[in-house]
Amino acid sequence: MKIAVVQFPGSNCDQDCLRALTDGLHFQAEYVWHKQTSLYGFDAVVLPGGFSYGDYLRCGAIARFSPITRTVVRSAKEGMPVIGICNGFQILCEAGLLPGALIRNQSLRFVCKSVWLRVETGETPFTAHLKGQRILKMPIAHGEGAYFADKASLDALESQSQIVFRYTDEWGNATPEANPNGSMHNIAGVCNEARNVVGMMPHPDRAWDRQLGTEDGKLVFGSLAKALEPVISR
Amino acid sequence: MVGALMKVHVVVMPKQNVLDPQGVAVRNALKDLGLDTVESVRVGKFLELEFEELPDPAKLEEVCRDLLSNPVIEDYTIRPD
Amino acid sequence: MVTEITQKLVHSHGLTDQEYERIKAILGRQPNFTELGVFSVMWSEHCSYKNTRLELKKLPTTGPRVLVKAGEENAGVIDIGDGWAAAFKMESHNHPSAIEPFQGAATGVGGIIRDIFTMGARPVFLLDSLRFGPIEGATSTAKNNRRLFSEVVAGISHYGNCIGIPTIGGEVYFDESFEGNPLVNVFCLGILRHEQITRGAAKGIGNPVFYVGSETGRDGLAGAAFASRDLTEELRQDRPAVQVGDPFKGKLLLEACLEVLASGCVAGIQDMGAAGLTCSISETASRGGTGVEIDLALVPQRESGMTPYEILLSESQERMLIIVERGREATLKEIFDKWDLPYACVGEVTEDGMMRVLSHGCVEVEIPAYKLSNDAPIYEREAVAESPAPEFRIEDIPSADLHESLIRLLGCPTIASKNWVYHQYDHTVRAGTVVPPGSDAGVFYVREADKYLAATTDCNGLYCKLNPREGARVAVAEAARNLVCSGAEPLAVTDNLNFGNPYHPNNFWQLRESVEGLAEACLRFGVPVVSGNVSLYNQNPNGAIDPTPTVGMVGIIGQERWITRQSFRDVSDVIYLIGPVGHELGGSQYLKIIHGRKEFLPPQLSYELELGVQAVLLALIRQGLVKSAHDCSEGGFGVALAECCISGTRTIGACVDFGNWSDRLDQILFNESQSRVIISALPEDTTAIEAICAATEIQCGRVGEVGGSDLIISSKRETLRWDVAELYQAWYAAIERVMSSQ
Repeated sequence: MKIAVVQFPGSNCDQDCLRALTDGLHFQAEYVWHKQTSLYGFDAVVLPGGFSYGDYLRCGAIARFSPITRTVVRSAKEGMPVIGICNGFQILCEAGLLPGALIRNQSLRFVCKSVWLRVETGETPFTAHLKGQRILKMPIAHGEGAYFADKASLDALESQSQIVFRYTDEWGNATPEANPNGSMHNIAGVCNEARNVVGMMPHPDRAWDRQLGTEDGKLVFGSLAKALEPVISR
Repeated sequence: MVGALMKVHVVVMPKQNVLDPQGVAVRNALKDLGLDTVESVRVGKFLELEFEELPDPAKLEEVCRDLLSNPVIEDYTIRPD
Repeated sequence: MVTEITQKLVHSHGLTDQEYERIKAILGRQPNFTELGVFSVMWSEHCSYKNTRLELKKLPTTGPRVLVKAGEENAGVIDIGDGWAAAFKMESHNHPSAIEPFQGAATGVGGIIRDIFTMGARPVFLLDSLRFGPIEGATSTAKNNRRLFSEVVAGISHYGNCIGIPTIGGEVYFDESFEGNPLVNVFCLGILRHEQITRGAAKGIGNPVFYVGSETGRDGLAGAAFASRDLTEELRQDRPAVQVGDPFKGKLLLEACLEVLASGCVAGIQDMGAAGLTCSISETASRGGTGVEIDLALVPQRESGMTPYEILLSESQERMLIIVERGREATLKEIFDKWDLPYACVGEVTEDGMMRVLSHGCVEVEIPAYKLSNDAPIYEREAVAESPAPEFRIEDIPSADLHESLIRLLGCPTIASKNWVYHQYDHTVRAGTVVPPGSDAGVFYVREADKYLAATTDCNGLYCKLNPREGARVAVAEAARNLVCSGAEPLAVTDNLNFGNPYHPNNFWQLRESVEGLAEACLRFGVPVVSGNVSLYNQNPNGAIDPTPTVGMVGIIGQERWITRQSFRDVSDVIYLIGPVGHELGGSQYLKIIHGRKEFLPPQLSYELELGVQAVLLALIRQGLVKSAHDCSEGGFGVALAECCISGTRTIGACVDFGNWSDRLDQILFNESQSRVIISALPEDTTAIEAICAATEIQCGRVGEVGGSDLIISSKRETLRWDVAELYQAWYAAIERVMSSQ
């Protein structure tokens, strides 16, 4: 199993993602520069966080047109597991692989802190190891992380179990106080209808080492192993 | 006229149903500065594009939809100069 | 058109008649207008340190771990073991932040980061030390201070977050003395292997000189000269003197430069910071013992019609000068094309030692590089001592309501929790921050080197105002103490000296006293100064700022299990005070906030006592006997104890008894005597702790126990009790409350 970590100009969590995969989970992972157009040999893709293209125009708006993104979109449509973290989530929404959009935090300020997340579904390649309703602890660090979608989309997401993570308090209650950025329905992460593409604002790439305060990120990346089992055993 | 550039203005505004916290903050600041009759403020973007030759209108619309605005959360208006 | 050099022109460039004569002697002729501009920035205070060089020579700069000394290059470098090294420095951006706080602070961050990667190091963390006027109240000055504070934090956040380097610590002070002249000191540390240390020298005759990064515009024109003049209303109109930063470009530049350095094709590299192209050309030539010749027509420009003067003096951000080994140009081009960054070969290294600048075939500038960089005049300014502060006597102060006092102190912005600030900084990026902002020192795990580094910035400006020498000594002691509290062994220092106009003899006396105090303390604590920055003319029409020699200190923690945090952890843990109970209230926050008095001799440092306390604390930590450690500083024991109760993930109470100690309780609780640390430990470890302390001469008093939901402090005279939740409320959201008020 080999995982691609895409690098856009301005990505700054690429190193963290790679290390989480290689040092934290002993997976095989490699960088893929945004000008490349092939994902041959890779079984999954990570779009890391950061400020691709400086967040100019809108977060992820320009990265969406990078050569590699077309390939990611094609591979995703063919079923490849793709995870977008923070800026990666923004890019997936701009690219149309995920519904909705991420807008400016309600407080208008960048917020960096730890949050609690409730796992809403184990039916994605990145939550396969996580039983439903499990509570995770993970850091967030963003200025534009409030999830927005129109009512029809939101209803569909809820009814089709496409909400993957929700901000909650440490006992799993999705209260307004637990919502760090004004996301609708306390949404922290969603997946597409085909359930192979996941986007999340919190950082599993910063939650894989006990001394960082939480190792819950390993469960997210680690789920790939279960999801790609047929691939590994090939 | 050889050498003259054609200007196009694109205004991108948040959709009505999207919360615009920046607009709210600006509105409150205006009230503090004495404009107490201000009802609402929305903050958008103004893009000034200069062309040697005006592009095909359909292509311009496509670019506005795909790049310059995000149709999930924004509306755009094209104004020739 | 040739501009005539008049005396008025010379003066408007910040040069004296004598300096002008010196220029003519160096050139053997009159300078032209562009050359005058070049000298004016290179010989400005900011670039040449002409008024402080003699003082700075007093700082200890050598040590067994020092790999690159202060003054040699853009940053100092120390060995951290196993072939790994750390490059670090602190720099100020005070004047630009007073005019345009967002960009001033942002470009301050950008500049210091470039100084670090120009050494070949990957920047891994930041700290910042900030000072503003008071932010409470409805006056227009308070509103302005809130605006400056808010925008500076937003600017640092904007640049640091975008470029992806975590801010792991720092400090924020509020005092009238910083009205209109905020202090923004930014610290950056980077990691590299010994063999990766890169120098900013133009080596190799005939080697091509490349300009890389953003195009040159008119930003910050003559910013270095701008920083060398008092801030007045006129200067405030000088808006064009402020640079605008682009952290996205900064990130691309950082990655491209690290790649190009790794390729081995680089002979020398220098960032374009203060005095832009001028400084980078002359300094690299000077260090290399060579000359550099460039053609301005080749310099990428984003505005049209720029004059040679403008191009040479521009301080457009995110630009580097790279001297490439001849024949390896293709390597650099490939890397910069990959990152889509502009570059241009603008000249070459020559052997005649001249900084030569051509513009469309004409020689615009021809100056001996070495003399330009090194022959700035050195001045000895007049120093006149201020009258010494009187000694404090407790009888002069009525006792205040102590219950109220602690709550007020915890709620005052200088002491209150700074979470409003650091929640805006990304402190988790790079997945290495083990102790985030909020404890005594930030601790970062350098994964590639498998090492734990700790860092802190410290300075109490009020102490320095009342006694500059003592205040500077204390700054060093406190920084070292903070590192030791986190479990680290202090290694080295970077200093950022912030003072007023050096032509005022009192101000210069403060500077000299501070530097001598710093030098003495750094020597005693075994921490050489490896880099630093001086910012003078921090002054506005109302007066000079309090002298503020900020100390940035780095330490190393040998093992993960030695990492120690500030907060109490478990019920029944025993509380010890290591060091004396103390009594000095001079210069204390209690006197300032509760009694409105900023006077009296500040606390005195005893090196023997301080070194003894730090040694004992480190020994206890290494034996695994310390569950938490927090030193007493602003607000004394009372505030420190409260912080131990409320700064953790959960609040927890404590019960402390001073027994028969007969001093007044306000003196016990709020004195700011030095060399005191509060630790907590398991009950079963008390025998071991007391034995280790008894073997030294350091007092170690068991004062109480952790537990309950109240903070209870008793003395012979009275017992005080606070609900810990109430203390938390006063402390945690204090700044948020002030900033949301109108």
